[in-house]
Amino acid sequence: MNDRQVAVVDYGIGNVFSVCRALERCGAKVILTGDVSQIEAASRLVLPGVGAFADGMLGLRERGLVEPIRRFARSGRPLLGICLGMQMLATVSEEFGRHEGLNLIPGRVVAVPDRALEGHLQKIPHVGWSALVAAPGAIWSESLLRDTPEGTAVYLVHSFSVVPDDHRHGLADCLYGGHRIAAAMRSGRIVGCQFHPEKSGEAGLRMLAQFLDA
Amino acid sequence: MTSVRLIARLDIKGPNLIKGVHLEGLRVMGDPQEHARRYYEQGADELIYMDIVASLYGRSKLTEIVRRAAHDVFVPMTVGGGIRNVDDVRDLLRAGADKVAINTAVVRRPELITEVARRFGSQCMVLSIEAKRQAPGRWEVYTDCGRERSGVDALEWARRGVDLGAGEILVTSIDREGTRSGFDIELTRAVATAVRVPVIASGGYGEPKHLLEVIQDGAADAVAFADALHYGRAAIGELREHAQRAGINVRMT
Repeated sequence: MNDRQVAVVDYGIGNVFSVCRALERCGAKVILTGDVSQIEAASRLVLPGVGAFADGMLGLRERGLVEPIRRFARSGRPLLGICLGMQMLATVSEEFGRHEGLNLIPGRVVAVPDRALEGHLQKIPHVGWSALVAAPGAIWSESLLRDTPEGTAVYLVHSFSVVPDDHRHGLADCLYGGHRIAAAMRSGRIVGCQFHPEKSGEAGLRMLAQFLDA
Repeated sequence: MTSVRLIARLDIKGPNLIKGVHLEGLRVMGDPQEHARRYYEQGADELIYMDIVASLYGRSKLTEIVRRAAHDVFVPMTVGGGIRNVDDVRDLLRAGADKVAINTAVVRRPELITEVARRFGSQCMVLSIEAKRQAPGRWEVYTDCGRERSGVDALEWARRGVDLGAGEILVTSIDREGTRSGFDIELTRAVATAVRVPVIASGGYGEPKHLLEVIQDGAADAVAFADALHYGRAAIGELREHAQRAGINVRMT
């Protein structure tokens, strides 16, 4: 079933309006929902989110969505986590304590380094447009970055980022003060973007269109 | 590295895009949606909407304008003008804004900066400073769209605003706004070196060398353009090429 239908998880956090508009622009039929049965019935799922990790997981837990999202991901249907949504795909976060994530792509969520490699202090949160580079060994064909040339800039707003346990899950990085920061990761049809495709102009819309075609 | 952002600024009065000089002498430029769409297509890195009379006359049509824009604009949008409290911020974010810019209300009640930053994150809270030069190296903050003196020193206010939780500062030079005589480089540099958050320079663009000056000498992290775009004297794409040729790190589109 590929009718470009997509469920966007509504769990009481962040600004989901822009994600829905961008998906609609790409031709999707969007359902914004926090309802377990609608999530279970979806053909693809987007987990958006802005804010603190613990608040995000609490929002999912309070609505009984943790297990349904895990089951969805294991069913092999496409799942895209954006920003905090990508971080929640990981195993554990170190943001304000230690918090368990969905553990769909093993990894840790750690603070973006506040010092550049050369030693000077750099601005946190990391906000703005950064160029995507391929993660070591990553191949972008067959991913939502299929039509995206390396060096394409995307929009990020974050203070934490994921370090996947298995480097083969890395898809794209961006450089901040010389450090590689995970910008996108993938395991099977589970994908996470630290950046906001819905705010990354036409390049971002192309990625969402790829996700809808997957 | 994070690139220098080229931002289209749209000043709004009621339903219209307007343009003034020194934030006064307003002229109607047309439908904001048409302009927003054009600037997005030209490759603007961000849009800033400012309802420039809202703090004088109360609520505005801004929420509706932002909601419409969000259907066609897929880059970050910062929205300001007449924001008084956390509920106003929430409404604008729900309409599709990514950040809010606040001047008058936070000068009157600085704690609002902290309230917005706690609730929505500091990346969402842009401190808007509209400043007029008083003496060499001294600028005073004005509120209510450049009409009211506040007695507050712009540099002290920038530092305090960041301490309270502002994640970015939009610095508008009232002296230069709409004059096409170049940005206030000293003001921009003074603010950019006083704080560790990104600084957006606004007010005064006339020709390409002004763009290079405010980035290279003014240390601006982002630059806002208004009437040059509205009148078609410049397009974002040309500005980007100009910056690129000068070796400035801008987004490739």
